Amino acid sequence: MKKISVLDRILLLITGLLASYQIVDGIADAGNFAIAAYTVAFGVLLVAGLLIIILGFDILDSPLVVIVSTIIPLSLSLGLIAEYLPKWRTAYLIFAILGFLLIVFTRYKAKGALAIIPVATVHGVSGMVIFLLPIIYSIQGKTPCEFAWVGIGGALIGVGGLLLTFLKSGKPILSKDTILTVLPMLLLLMALAFVIGFAA
Amino acid sequence: MNRLKVKLRLYLPLIKSLQTALLITTGLAGYMSARCPVTTIPTMLGLGASLLLSISGSTILNMWYDRDIDAKMARTTKRPLPAGLIEPREALLVGLVLSALGVGIALVMDVLYGAIIFSGLFIDVVIYTIWLKRKTAWSIIWGGISGGMPILAGRALGLGSIDWIGIALTFAILFWIPTHILTFSIRYRKDYQAAGVPTFPSTYGDKTTQAIIALSSVLAAITIGLAAYGIGTEWGFLRLMAVLSGGLFTLAIASVIKPSETVNFGLFKYASLYMLSAMILLMF
Repeated sequence: MKKISVLDRILLLITGLLASYQIVDGIADAGNFAIAAYTVAFGVLLVAGLLIIILGFDILDSPLVVIVSTIIPLSLSLGLIAEYLPKWRTAYLIFAILGFLLIVFTRYKAKGALAIIPVATVHGVSGMVIFLLPIIYSIQGKTPCEFAWVGIGGALIGVGGLLLTFLKSGKPILSKDTILTVLPMLLLLMALAFVIGFAA
Repeated sequence: MNRLKVKLRLYLPLIKSLQTALLITTGLAGYMSARCPVTTIPTMLGLGASLLLSISGSTILNMWYDRDIDAKMARTTKRPLPAGLIEPREALLVGLVLSALGVGIALVMDVLYGAIIFSGLFIDVVIYTIWLKRKTAWSIIWGGISGGMPILAGRALGLGSIDWIGIALTFAILFWIPTHILTFSIRYRKDYQAAGVPTFPSTYGDKTTQAIIALSSVLAAITIGLAAYGIGTEWGFLRLMAVLSGGLFTLAIASVIKPSETVNFGLFKYASLYMLSAMILLMF
């Protein structure tokens, strides 16, 4: 297992500070439901970053990683739906809750494809929402152009989530060391894209 | 000049610089929670100086008194006093002078502030270290109370009186201290046994100790949240505090359900980071 370096810690700390800014100020104009969903997303990102700084990459061996890494895209996409497609809010909330519970259940009770399908579905749908919604809205002029950065952040979170999920399922796309080398920078770029996008 | 540098280098570990810095931060946070935006720079400097001197002084006095048990523990045996690098009489004198200066400045600034600083010093050195530390594991409560005095003093200096928020902040520190001390007493159990210092793990076992650590972490987060709400901390900062508290709750629960060296040490480190972050948030 790759040891966490000082640079990794610095990158994760900056990520944590960006997530903190987002929680305190960056989402203040959204509705209450969206604020709650965004707070959960950036909160999990912040706490996860702090735990990696404190405990090192060894913490990624925990089976909880797949579950935790699902909360971020699910709650972020839920916030976006609540803010920009309010008619779909309840339906998406049900999808988010059921998807999350299914992932928790299959993590401990299922193996192979049965364990991967819920993760891939939930990550896929939530990733698409975070990636496409801001870009489409920016192109249509419903939001400022810079809001498309949220979509770029969504693409990065999708990459990070997939790398971690396949790593945890025993079928890594890249070697474990490579994933751990790029992960802190990936998280930082993702947080930066969200901060720029939500500030628009 | 070189001799002075060598002396300073020897005394630096004697004042536990990180712990002292954290306690000074709590004092500043207590003051700023009552007086933000801060426009009284001389008072802030006086507050910082009096806390630095009195906390450093009391820590040196503790080190002076505990030099015999420090010599028996692997973790502390290389400290300047047990290692014989500093004369005990000299350390005692420095500790007393720094403490007197710190309390003196505090009393000149404000009598109530000075009285609270003196109480903290007295509780820490006399009640905790000299009287109870070698007799009972419960001595840590007094250590916790003395640790809560800087934040209470800072707030009292800002307000001119003691209010429920100041007391809640003191309790938050009191509840946070076990996370620090008890984790150390689990990690360095053999050291404490060798020195004959009663601890919670040696008296009540690991499970009970871990449950107390978890419970006190949760209570620290709740009391600091209550105090922040009472202060009128902005909604965004409260959200951030809730998120950080959520991390603390999760680790506390994990440490009870699935205790391990990693989780326990993670909780210990996270709790320190949490307290520092909470103090910074209280300043806004």
